[in-house]
Amino acid sequence: MEKNFKKTEKNALIKKRVSKTVIYVLLGIWALAVLFPFYWMINSSLKTPAAYNSESVPRLFAADPTFGNYKDAFASVPLADYFINTIIFTVVTTAVMMAVIVPAAFAFSRMQFRGKNLLFTAFLSLMMIPNELVVITNFVTITNLDLRNTFTGLILPSVTSVFYIYLLKENFAQVPDELYLAAKVDGTSDWKYLWKVMLPICRPTVITVTILKVIECWNSFVWPRLITDKEEYFLISNGIQQIRESGFGRQNIPAMMAAVVVVSIPIILVFLFFRKKIMEGVARGGTKG
Amino acid sequence: MEKNNRKAWLYLLPAIAFLVIFMVYPLIDVIIYSFEEGYTFASQTKTGVGFGNFGDVLRDPYFLQALKNTFILVLITVPLSTALALLISLGISSINKVRNLFQTVYFLPYVTNTLAVGLVFMILFDKTEHTEGLVNVIIRLFGGSSVDFIDGPYWAKILVLSVYTIWIVLPFKILLLTSALASVKQDYYNAAMIDNTPKWRVFTKITLPMISPTLFYLVITGFIGAFKAYSDAVALFGTDLNAAEMNTVVGYIYTKLYGEGGGSPALASAAAIILFMIVLTVTVINLLVSRKHVHY
Repeated sequence: MEKNFKKTEKNALIKKRVSKTVIYVLLGIWALAVLFPFYWMINSSLKTPAAYNSESVPRLFAADPTFGNYKDAFASVPLADYFINTIIFTVVTTAVMMAVIVPAAFAFSRMQFRGKNLLFTAFLSLMMIPNELVVITNFVTITNLDLRNTFTGLILPSVTSVFYIYLLKENFAQVPDELYLAAKVDGTSDWKYLWKVMLPICRPTVITVTILKVIECWNSFVWPRLITDKEEYFLISNGIQQIRESGFGRQNIPAMMAAVVVVSIPIILVFLFFRKKIMEGVARGGTKG
Repeated sequence: MEKNNRKAWLYLLPAIAFLVIFMVYPLIDVIIYSFEEGYTFASQTKTGVGFGNFGDVLRDPYFLQALKNTFILVLITVPLSTALALLISLGISSINKVRNLFQTVYFLPYVTNTLAVGLVFMILFDKTEHTEGLVNVIIRLFGGSSVDFIDGPYWAKILVLSVYTIWIVLPFKILLLTSALASVKQDYYNAAMIDNTPKWRVFTKITLPMISPTLFYLVITGFIGAFKAYSDAVALFGTDLNAAEMNTVVGYIYTKLYGEGGGSPALASAAAIILFMIVLTVTVINLLVSRKHVHY
């Protein structure tokens, strides 16, 4: 009896171990599938163009790694300029958006005014409007204002986000009323209260919104493509596309991959650094998929 | 609290101004455009008002091609990516060690640049005069014959596009499903364990009903997202998607607006409204189905 029991226990343990191992192996395979393209871009970017073209079966490790392709990539297209453009676009768009949405979220969460609920409902219903419907007129508007190939034209349509207003408003509303009333008694103005009390308390959400917007700006492609056709105003996405279409990408794949690596690294670093915040923010209502 | 109307509106003014100019007005304008027949950037006048633009779009072979591609893409990627995400999330939820590492790795495609990583997928699948590409090398290893996935047969191109799309949309689904799975109360599982309930029964009777709201949310957003596919196709096949036979409906809108033979906001608007109607219909059907099956 005793022996039997032990045997069953042992079998169950083995069964559990086997199923755990299978799960780890399958998860590992998918992790490799996710990571492989990143490995491949780095691997390909380190091969000399001659070596790359001579390998009819691509080698898994660059035999003679070189950084020359990175130099070539920056020399053959104004990659550095694309970077500067993207940084300007990202920083300005994010900053202006914060300046627009923070007061709006504050008004919705702390102020009393006629038509507040109606207006908030109207805001929320705008969340359902797909970008594809409004981009046509925005293109016409920006063209008519003569703002094509300018930073203003690039930035203006993306400085408001109903979703982020909503996210901030929810967070602002959690700050106890007592703080607001105490500040009022002390004679603190609303504006000062917002910057000195509200924002510091809600810093985690503010940071999350900022990072999500930065990532969105860094990767944006459709609007910049519509609004810029001069190279001086290309963002990196458009620059990369340009390299593929007409630039050196067709002949010099290692250099193209070098450009891809350079474009990918900053955003991966940002992600690794703010991993928790980003994933929480997206889980709370990001939409993509 | 006292009412301070004027101040509140002042705080809201910038947001309202931007939303009216870049969302509300365009929304009305796109409807007007779609009925203005023959309006182009060049002509600046309409030849009539009516449903002509819709007819023109629906008769355009490029639009029909785009519509076909988009529907195929939706039908392949939405069920596959949702099922795969569910499997992976179940896997993640059942382990403790290195769970964070897996979650971090799986989320990477969400943040990376679609255009940039798309080029890596292109060279992995592409067949050039120098190399058959890594994927073809592997296919040959298993005794198959190589295929040009980028400039080759239609199904091969659809296959690459589907693979890349799934690779991109999985992170979001995995993230939401893992947190849904984590929020199922342990009590239910404990009760099932005492009753010695078989595993698949636990899954279908406890896990699935508990995560069904998230699952349906993912199906709905998955449909919407897949209908709006565009950037991934550009990354793989270049901007001239019509020539590659790989255009999507959103791609068609942009081609009509600003591309080879474009410059027609009227036709672009009509196509955008058709797309919106399709997405709306599918979403409503989804909601009706979910009302029957989702346990809130």
